[in-house]
Amino acid sequence: MDKLPDGVADVVWIEGSPTLGKVTADIAAPMEGKPGKLWYFLFALALLGLLDLLAMATWLVANGIGVWGLNNSVGWAFDITNFVFWIGIGHAGTLISAILLLFRQKWRTSINRSAEGMTIFAVMCAGLFPLLHMGRPWDAFFIFPYVPNQHGPLWVNFRSPLVWDVFAISTYFTISLVFWFLGLVPDFATLRDRAIGKIKKVVFGILSLGWNGSHRTWHRYELVSLVLAGLATPLVLSVHSIVSMDFATSLLPGWHATIFPPYFVAGAIYSGFGMVLTLLILTRQSMNLQRYITIKHLDAMAKVLLLTGMIVSYAYATEFFSAWYGGDIYEKYHFINRATGPYAFGFYLMVLCNVLTPQLFWFKKLRQNVAVLFVASILVNIGMWFERFVIIVVSLHRAFLPASWGMFYPTPVDIGILVGSFGLFFTLFLLFIRYMPMIAIWEVKTVVADQQHTDAALAHAAHAGEGSSHGK
Amino acid sequence: MASKILVATFTQVDDMLRAVKQARREMLRVYDVFTPFPVHGLDEALGVRFTRLAKITLIAALTGLSFALCLQFYANVLDWPLNVGGKPDNTGLAFVPISFELTILFAGLITVGSFLLRAKLFPGKKVWLAHKSVTDDTFAVVIRRPPAEDVHQRALALLKECNAANVTEAEADL
Repeated sequence: MDKLPDGVADVVWIEGSPTLGKVTADIAAPMEGKPGKLWYFLFALALLGLLDLLAMATWLVANGIGVWGLNNSVGWAFDITNFVFWIGIGHAGTLISAILLLFRQKWRTSINRSAEGMTIFAVMCAGLFPLLHMGRPWDAFFIFPYVPNQHGPLWVNFRSPLVWDVFAISTYFTISLVFWFLGLVPDFATLRDRAIGKIKKVVFGILSLGWNGSHRTWHRYELVSLVLAGLATPLVLSVHSIVSMDFATSLLPGWHATIFPPYFVAGAIYSGFGMVLTLLILTRQSMNLQRYITIKHLDAMAKVLLLTGMIVSYAYATEFFSAWYGGDIYEKYHFINRATGPYAFGFYLMVLCNVLTPQLFWFKKLRQNVAVLFVASILVNIGMWFERFVIIVVSLHRAFLPASWGMFYPTPVDIGILVGSFGLFFTLFLLFIRYMPMIAIWEVKTVVADQQHTDAALAHAAHAGEGSSHGK
Repeated sequence: MASKILVATFTQVDDMLRAVKQARREMLRVYDVFTPFPVHGLDEALGVRFTRLAKITLIAALTGLSFALCLQFYANVLDWPLNVGGKPDNTGLAFVPISFELTILFAGLITVGSFLLRAKLFPGKKVWLAHKSVTDDTFAVVIRRPPAEDVHQRALALLKECNAANVTEAEADL
């Protein structure tokens, strides 16, 4: 056999050729049994973080944003850094679910569900920060155009990137949520039909919308998924481009750069894949899903990290080059200050984590070593947080007039809210892997069925071609 | 208006596909097939007409685009022109991001909404299952029970020949 027939899988992504029933049982198992000690430990930790967030946010709203370390020179610091960081984390989910769907990458099926969930939780964390930064979160609706309206100027300024951001993030959140839910419907039906408890039956019954596996519905369903993927792909690129315009449309040295949109998008995917890797390594170990989230999946993600990490590194170099080649003294000073000023540690940490760390993934041995991947994925996240910190704080603290230079020092509330946002994120994520199918059951079944088809085709070919030589 | 049906269950995709094709060749009326995942090749076998939902997406996208452009133009030019740095009121380029986002938002939500309407999926719907494990590992082909006894026997033989695990008679609204 020279070539596999069309539509036949050539790589085995799911190990051990499980039967369809076994796939359902394996993936539903974590939801039906009691979670292990690791889950309880992590959940307790996450709840502590969430409590910390609630306390800090209450303190902040009661006292005003003066409890943060912001000052006249540095008016944006941890808040917007965290906002951009979390939005970036979310991007990997949409990339995996939408872009890889369009490219028909089979390996996405084991990881897309949890990555999409991660997107939604990350965007929720991100949305928190502009809200808190307003100081009066109950007036947040001012930023939406609405009628009737008795507050000052009648409309929002549609020419402001901050308003674009509101539209971009709201659309992103809504579409991601709908996409995620739609993907879950057939799995909710599967869970409904195997549920033993009454409450589960009712809840999954409502969530599954009466799904019964009709092929006529599947046919429409597949087209709708494809359409949503087609819409989400430009959407995900637009969201971080618009986030980057919050900076790029200003005149501040270090922000005023034309490469910001692609640079931010690549960075977002890089950080998002870092986070997906962290979460998947934790879940596959704690939920016994090594057969479905295989070393090959981790290997593929490491390759994406290598690619996007190098795009990010290239953007860092370009920024320095344009500052030097452009000859603008403020720009030049900014980049000298970035590498040698009081916040230089942030810059070097960012280079270490985002430029050097991904270089490990040139080596297959390291790409397939779970411990190395886990440590690297955490470094990626640290590096990407510091990238945003460097861009935001270092640019603001020494802009044009030396008379208005200043320093930013985080207060305990700054740090408390950052830590707390991780608490919120992990609480939601841990609840998700406990109560929902964290791997798309029906999508894994399509891959498994394809593999069985391949096995049968190969066996058939081997049988038919006995005696003659045939390589793949 | 319940109709009499035959429900044939299969454990293998290929057997099910063969059964659907042969049943249609024998002029048996195949209502639908119930599967745990979308099976490729079933569209042709079942003769499903390609869905028109994509057209709705296009209409919805254009609606979103026009709405966004009208909203921004009305707010920034007609209703309350605001001088921001001396820039002209009708700055088309600045309207691009929001127009884009609303295009996507409208297209996505309306497409999904139409899908749910068309497929009659809604919370609280009473579910009818062809077989208890069609959402797990069973493929169920639903055929109209032929009124004539000899055709009925032929249908049963055909399904059996295609390795049907089980064939039952039932009544259902389809």
